[in-house]
Amino acid sequence: MELIYFQLLAAILFCIGIYGVLARRSAVLILMSIELMLNAVNINLIGYAAFSSFGSAHRNLGQVLVIFIITIAAAELALAMAIILRLYRNKNNVNVDELDILKG
Amino acid sequence: MSVVFFAIAAILVISGGIGVVAARNIVYAALSLLVAMVGTAGVFLIGLAEFLALVQLLIYGGAVVIVILFSLMLTKIQDFEFLTANKQWPIALIVAMCLLGLLGISILVEGSATTTMGSTNISELGLSLFSDWAIPFELASLVLLIALIGAVVIVRRDNGEDK
Repeated sequence: MELIYFQLLAAILFCIGIYGVLARRSAVLILMSIELMLNAVNINLIGYAAFSSFGSAHRNLGQVLVIFIITIAAAELALAMAIILRLYRNKNNVNVDELDILKG
Repeated sequence: MSVVFFAIAAILVISGGIGVVAARNIVYAALSLLVAMVGTAGVFLIGLAEFLALVQLLIYGGAVVIVILFSLMLTKIQDFEFLTANKQWPIALIVAMCLLGLLGISILVEGSATTTMGSTNISELGLSLFSDWAIPFELASLVLLIALIGAVVIVRRDNGEDK
């Protein structure tokens, strides 16, 4: 195993997420693509944590960061789903191309 | 040997990711997300992070995908069912490919210095989390609490609202 496999997998997954965010219309799909991008970052951090040349006292830094990223991702998902449900109830629509009420 | 397992997990992750961004039906997209998350847990196992593989399965497989499926169930699913890409999808594809090329070139040129893997056991991780990272840990729990209360407040029906 080499670090480069983890890095390449993370890069591919991140680019799939970028495509999803830019190209899909549904807000739920955009949310799922953001989760994919967060996972790509987690894979990268795990790779660096496993291959780091730190001593054992600092080796777990990467895994601690992954725990915080997962926490923030869960909080973000809860808020985003709430906003999407609210939008659906008020506008009957979650297509981001047609939600332009903030446009001046 | 671990390269073979890594290849299997990577194929799961990439096919799940492509399924998320290419599916026409949103339920299939959510299930593809589940496949990608399970593959990511496998990658974590190969990266010697057993605890995080478990957390990944619990949080993403058990909570995130279920929350998405539940919210699709609570709304009228036929409104979401057929998904289309918008007009700018060729530009999005070009942007993603350019970024992939840039990242790939930089990763391949840089190379990796160390080739030995080292693991951290769960007790070290917990000790570090509750000593060096105690204040960020408490802040993260506060953020999670505020986000969940905020989600309840946003979704709750107002008094004057009909239905």
